[in-house]
Amino acid sequence: MSDLGITAEKLVEMYSTMLRIRRFEERVADIIMKGRRMTAHLYIGEEAVATGVCAALRSDDYVSSTHRGHGHCIAKGTEVKYMMAELYGKRTGTNKGKGGSMHIAKVSAGLLGANGIVGGSIPTATGAGLSIKLRGTDQVSVCFFGDGGSNQGVFHESLNIASIFDLPVIYVCENNMYAISTPITYAARVADICERAAAYRISGVSVDGMDVIAVYKAAGEAVSRARKGLGPTLLECKTYRYRGHAGPYEMEPYGDQAPYRSKEELESWKKRDAILKLRRQVLEKGVLGEDQVERIEADISKEVEEAVKFAMESPDPAPEEALEDLLA
Amino acid sequence: MSSRQLTCDEATGEAIAEEMRRDPSIFLMGEGVDRREYGPSLFKEFGSKRIICMPISEPGYTGVGLGAALTGMRPIVRIGFVDLMPLAMDQLLNQIGKVRYMLGGQVKVPLVIIAPTGAAGGAAAQHSQSLEGLFVHTPGIRVVVPSTPYDAKGLMKTALRENNPTVYLPSKPILRIRGPVPLEDYTVPFGKAEVRRQGEDVTVVAWSRMALRALEAAEKLGKDDINVEVIDPRTLVPFDLETVLVSLKKTGALLIIEEECKRGAAGAEIASSIADEGFRYLKAPVRRVASENVPIPYSQVLENFVIPQVDDIVKAAKDIIKAKL
Repeated sequence: MSDLGITAEKLVEMYSTMLRIRRFEERVADIIMKGRRMTAHLYIGEEAVATGVCAALRSDDYVSSTHRGHGHCIAKGTEVKYMMAELYGKRTGTNKGKGGSMHIAKVSAGLLGANGIVGGSIPTATGAGLSIKLRGTDQVSVCFFGDGGSNQGVFHESLNIASIFDLPVIYVCENNMYAISTPITYAARVADICERAAAYRISGVSVDGMDVIAVYKAAGEAVSRARKGLGPTLLECKTYRYRGHAGPYEMEPYGDQAPYRSKEELESWKKRDAILKLRRQVLEKGVLGEDQVERIEADISKEVEEAVKFAMESPDPAPEEALEDLLA
Repeated sequence: MSSRQLTCDEATGEAIAEEMRRDPSIFLMGEGVDRREYGPSLFKEFGSKRIICMPISEPGYTGVGLGAALTGMRPIVRIGFVDLMPLAMDQLLNQIGKVRYMLGGQVKVPLVIIAPTGAAGGAAAQHSQSLEGLFVHTPGIRVVVPSTPYDAKGLMKTALRENNPTVYLPSKPILRIRGPVPLEDYTVPFGKAEVRRQGEDVTVVAWSRMALRALEAAEKLGKDDINVEVIDPRTLVPFDLETVLVSLKKTGALLIIEEECKRGAAGAEIASSIADEGFRYLKAPVRRVASENVPIPYSQVLENFVIPQVDDIVKAAKDIIKAKL
């Protein structure tokens, strides 16, 4: 156990995962900026949330994801080369080139799919929770969604259903402050989304989503409650996406409109960057030495470059494959 | 096979009970499912763990069905009336119908949605609709339209053994009509139409309640020596085009009867398929008798005017025969 209250092994795992998400997505942004057509909602800035939550899960636990799903996929154990191939629309991709970024998932890792409909997968994760309860296992189901998703009707319906049946579901609200361009301060009166838990008499917790250790600990408690049959938790993680809602750029152009967020706000969140923070912590506490950190970074950069190479060299699907995989 | 008389509801309940005994992953959920139709006897046998009453949250519990189907269960989602399905259409159209495809075939979705359909008299515009066309248009789901207790049971059994999502649309007015149901185990396959009545003069395609009205009309027409062949497709997706084509070779005329309002309804797709593949057999233009393009009104006088009646079918059959080349 390190001074941070977590094993050194777990800290290194989380550091690697966050960095893998960051480097993967920076590479995706770079590829798009160089002109390749690729729909992607980037998670850069929010890595601590997927990483901290998934670090508290077992491989047989379920995760439903959002349109901003690369981080969840990587943190739950999807190899980046198959993800990159999917973004390139290749046959070797996780979804055989049929899903792309918005539906990316490796189901055998427990992922139930990313989702192009905001809030659309909240009932899915709830149903996985019901299934766990009916089958009598001690798995849990994690549902990622954003502040925007928390304003959809299925959020209310699902949390109510999970509440009345004490389902083992952890509802993780990645509150990145903007639903596309609409600030949460405009779209809701509550200061914290987790306040809504009171309406369902379930546990509601808000943590700093830029602190992976805080996220990991809070998720661990929620998971432990769920495994014991103590019901669902609404876990809000306050975070920030460094890039726009969609696409590779930090400041999204909206025609002649003024940007919906300021450069100053963005820079203030970057100063609290979760990866830099954990890097500092592991070095200060002597969990890792400089050379070890550098080796991790070099290994991940290599992994991402190999993923790009794999994706580029992979075959396109045959056009007729568009007619496959609809029915079992 | 020995048989007895059951209603559509009783036959459906029997199918669910038998399949639940065979397969522990099947469960039923919806609003008040322990009280409606076959609910009480299922609840008595299987209890609250497998007959699960849900709050009135159609989008929520339809999506819950998807999550359960993806993780090892076979849910049956009971929606009060098909009129409530639009609430859950995001879940059906964007999630349930697409998830296997979007994931490149990584999952199966063994899910059955039951949504009683059609006008049962005086329930007005939001409790009387037929919406088959919406579901036929949605890739990735099976669309089942039983018209007899025998088919209600056999098609439900097939649905519960399928690994794809099925929307099961029993017609409300026929739920309490009795018919023979064998004692022995049987299933009715998807995509296999039933020729309900043989005839040489015109082919009538009709399902659910309209199959029964078509048969009534056929009896009347028989008295005028007009012999109608009535084909009940039983499932709209998959659709048994072959049986219709075989009949058309004989009759040369096609009349499609449906309870949906006419514009963009499932029958239009059938007519289009026949134009593509059966044109050479046609001796008269294809005709469709369907509801008017208005919501279903409350007054019985108005409802009867909007929805196809037996005499409308008789008239259309006579017209088409007159038009034959």
